[in-house]
Amino acid sequence: MQIQGLLSFLTSFAIMAAIYGIFSLGLNVQWGYTGLLNFGIAGFFAIGAYTSALITTAKPTGVLADYVTQAVGFNQPFLVGVVGAAIASGLMAALIGLLTLRLREDYLAISTIGISETIRIFFNNERWLANGPEGLVGLPKPLHDLVPPMYYNFIYLIIVLTFLVLIYIALQRGIRSPWGRVLRAIREDEIMTSANGKDIFRFKMQSLIVGAMIMGIGGALYAHYAGAIQPGLFTPLFGTFIIWAMLTVGGTGNNRGAVLGAFLVWALWSWSTFFILRVVPASFQTRAPFIRYILIGLVLVVVLLKRPRGFIGEETHVSKL
Amino acid sequence: MLELLVYGIILGSIIALGAIGITIISRVASRMSNFAHGDFMTFGAYIALVVNGTLLSGVAFLQQKVGPLTFGLGLLLALVPAAILTALLAIGIDQWVYRPLRARRAAPILMSMVSMGIAFAVRGVIYIIWGADFHFYFSGIRRMIFLPMGIKIRPDEIFIMVVAWGLVALTYLFLGRTRTGKALRAVADNPDLARVAGISTERMIVWAWGISGGLAAIAGILYGVETQLRPEMGWGFLLPLFAAVTLGGIGSMEGALVGALVMGIAQQVSTAFLLPTYKPAVAFIIMVLVLLVKPEGIFGRR
Repeated sequence: MQIQGLLSFLTSFAIMAAIYGIFSLGLNVQWGYTGLLNFGIAGFFAIGAYTSALITTAKPTGVLADYVTQAVGFNQPFLVGVVGAAIASGLMAALIGLLTLRLREDYLAISTIGISETIRIFFNNERWLANGPEGLVGLPKPLHDLVPPMYYNFIYLIIVLTFLVLIYIALQRGIRSPWGRVLRAIREDEIMTSANGKDIFRFKMQSLIVGAMIMGIGGALYAHYAGAIQPGLFTPLFGTFIIWAMLTVGGTGNNRGAVLGAFLVWALWSWSTFFILRVVPASFQTRAPFIRYILIGLVLVVVLLKRPRGFIGEETHVSKL
Repeated sequence: MLELLVYGIILGSIIALGAIGITIISRVASRMSNFAHGDFMTFGAYIALVVNGTLLSGVAFLQQKVGPLTFGLGLLLALVPAAILTALLAIGIDQWVYRPLRARRAAPILMSMVSMGIAFAVRGVIYIIWGADFHFYFSGIRRMIFLPMGIKIRPDEIFIMVVAWGLVALTYLFLGRTRTGKALRAVADNPDLARVAGISTERMIVWAWGISGGLAAIAGILYGVETQLRPEMGWGFLLPLFAAVTLGGIGSMEGALVGALVMGIAQQVSTAFLLPTYKPAVAFIIMVLVLLVKPEGIFGRR
């Protein structure tokens, strides 16, 4: 029994860590390889989650329609939802990129904060779209009739890991290709790269969109794992900066580091829940969770100051020769 | 409508005070964007709460309300330590974090990123010390005065405008007339040339953080007087702040002031058509429109 409990704990831990690993990989394309400051991961997270939810659920009818309102519901399979999530998230990135990528770097940062906050407020207020603050529940679980419900998480872990591995392999290939080298060249020296005849804007745009599509997939995977989503989930801390901490700790500019960082920081995060519940006095428990704000903040600062390469750091040679 | 316009100008005054601080930092300190600025505002506001509400709470004559205002001299006194402490916080963070990064010749974008880490750490400290609840500088009813054309305004709001624009003017005078101010502008225009002329850029950066932090604290307190104190107040201000700076053209003082007024007015007037919760989104949409039409901002040079 004890073994089983531990196993199921580890499984749900691994699912969330792997989903975060996907986000971290997406951010690594944008920040790690191209130097694009995306402070609105939560927005792409939300778009991915909501798109997939609206694609895979049916529009409520009968009594349920009195309680749940959603603009559309296509009742399509899970994979269609994931693809839709990637496309929607990519489109949003294209829009932001079009506006900001020709300007000073900070414009992208502030615009991504803006879009993520706007999306959260929008889903919160516009009830007709996706049931407002209560959000959507009962999202379908892919392959759920394969095993009894209590073992379902194992199946989902396999699904998530499959996505993680596929994305990882695709990115490793991409980054070792000429395309990847141009991205890194842009990060190091834009003017030089431009002088070598590369269209900076186009490459930045591609990087932003690829990263955002990966984040969209992550959002969809999270939505179907949790089974319920609401706007309150996609906050800057939980949706954006925990992922920044993961990438920074693991190793900016290294895909293995991005995944490792996700597992490490998520372990610290889950463990800190226990710690706070056990150790901190009862009178302080309502405030104690905010220790995490400090933790995430300090991780970003201290790692960049003391160990800018993170745990693994960027590989110096990425070509075969 | 006219009333919303007036409220917009009030909000705009607070944004202006914050936006100058961001502009000074982005000009003097290695062209970084300080994303922790909103949380400096929150920090200052809470310091004033402690000074006025706890330390000075026993002093009766300081708690006596000044004329029609909702607070006493205590809060006015509290402006000073709040500004000083927040300035010291900003300078301390600069010495601990940004100075080594500068020495390493880190890219501005990296410093902007680190400032987000600082923002979260500061907010975490505020949450832990003061909790997530709302706090107020005062209790009781807010009195209104009636201006012509049916405009209702609180005496506090006149105070907010006087303090905000007074400080904006002082900052201007400081930058324009004093030796230090001129040196600051020199560093902003061309750090290398300034260094050759014998100006210590590092010392000027300390000044910049001090001024920026101090102004942020006052902006936070004024916002607290207008509404209430909560740990996320500064984060919510970040979008209008940067939208204002962008609107005016990053790095331009006049631009930041005009941008701040536009943002304040747009946000308040929008409440006539939209839910008030959409205010940050309105700031963002306007910024997007500006980027579409005139990406360099109204007063931008690039």
